[in-house]
Amino acid sequence: MRTHYDALIIGAGIVGAACASELAQAGLHVAVVEQEIVGGGTTAAGMGHIVVMDGSLPELVLTSYSQQLWAELLAERPADHEHLACGTLWVAADAEELAEAQAKQARYSAHGIASRLVAAAELYALEPLLRPGLAGGLLVPSDSVIYPPRSAALLIERARNHGAQVISAAVCALRPSGVLLADGQTLTAEAVILAGGIRSQALAPELPLRAKQGHLAITERYPHIIRQQLVELGYIKSAHASSGDSVAFNVQPRPTGQLLIGSSRQFDRSERSVDQAMLAQMLRRAVEYMPALAQLTVIRAWTGLRPATPDGLPLIGPAWQRPGVWLATGHEGLGITTALGTAKLLAAQLLGHSAPIPAAPYLPARFDKETAHG
Amino acid sequence: MAKVNVVINGRPISVAAGSSVAAALALAGVTATRRSITGAARAPVCGIGVCYECRVTINGQAHRLSCQVACAEGMQVVTDAAL
Repeated sequence: MRTHYDALIIGAGIVGAACASELAQAGLHVAVVEQEIVGGGTTAAGMGHIVVMDGSLPELVLTSYSQQLWAELLAERPADHEHLACGTLWVAADAEELAEAQAKQARYSAHGIASRLVAAAELYALEPLLRPGLAGGLLVPSDSVIYPPRSAALLIERARNHGAQVISAAVCALRPSGVLLADGQTLTAEAVILAGGIRSQALAPELPLRAKQGHLAITERYPHIIRQQLVELGYIKSAHASSGDSVAFNVQPRPTGQLLIGSSRQFDRSERSVDQAMLAQMLRRAVEYMPALAQLTVIRAWTGLRPATPDGLPLIGPAWQRPGVWLATGHEGLGITTALGTAKLLAAQLLGHSAPIPAAPYLPARFDKETAHG
Repeated sequence: MAKVNVVINGRPISVAAGSSVAAALALAGVTATRRSITGAARAPVCGIGVCYECRVTINGQAHRLSCQVACAEGMQVVTDAAL
């Protein structure tokens, strides 16, 4: 086995897999080191919602650019990714949220993203099971759904087809120009790319990451009872809050006819076990918006850890004070969507090409206390 | 012996009171309960509510475990495998 690579990627989640695919296609000798299975961590725990989000301008730019990249990738073999072009219907409960839907529509429109305001009557025509009394919504047709572990495996397969190696091992430390594996072996590389989600912090304790745990539940198959991914507009208030526990109505149709029910946010919970009280609160929220859900059978519930940064944007680029180490982590709840854009940004920086979108908002150095402003 | 009348895939059948829906299905000669995601016909396996292979629609409610539900007068049972 070779022990020196152009690029050594730590973590074969969706972000590491996308980076491997991008760099291997660029002709680099790439290795991906994964301690468990491809796409088995936070990648497997998420919803796989390919969604444009506009919490901030950089978030909008990265998610919309990434969504275009997904459209190109999915066009090749959509069924293999379990792709469902269901769109997102943002649900407005009251006049205040309807005003937010209008503002959101204007922001999307300014960035060339098609969306359509939906009055109450059309809301119920689209989704008859929503509770009465809602104000309307915003339909975003270009959003869609994939099955992230499958997509991660397909990206790894593409990387392998371009010569990348996948090494089954645990990295226990970063070394100058390489990594130390748990079995004592050292691998060296021109560039080490840390793409380990929340676990990246175990190797680089200075990273400003915090685990934001989420719960999801999946039902039996009930085909066609919802058509769009349904998300309450109140989600925006709860999603990026930097403290406190919260839940939001967020229900997704799967290609199998199952429904994926979310969502929750809890800081600093170290256990991966299901918190029954939080699960109950999340399901109650879902039933408030869609009472018929109470009649369905949930077959499984689980949790995952979103790697959150203080400003809600990922860390993409050179690590500060660690020459040769690059970061591709901190994607919070948007890592599936933004994996492809992340890989393009990282590759452009590594190879000295011009970046497809401005790289500055995601540069890790913004958190370097030695040089950061204010 | 007391009897109850149920309807399985539109066909009435009379079974002993206390029979499970799975038992009624067997008496009616309905061997398949549901279809897997790939379309394969499936049938009850464990009879104790663990394998979930015996799921049928009972009175309009999908995914009921037929081995765990007792027949009741007038009950409407539909198997996915019949659809």
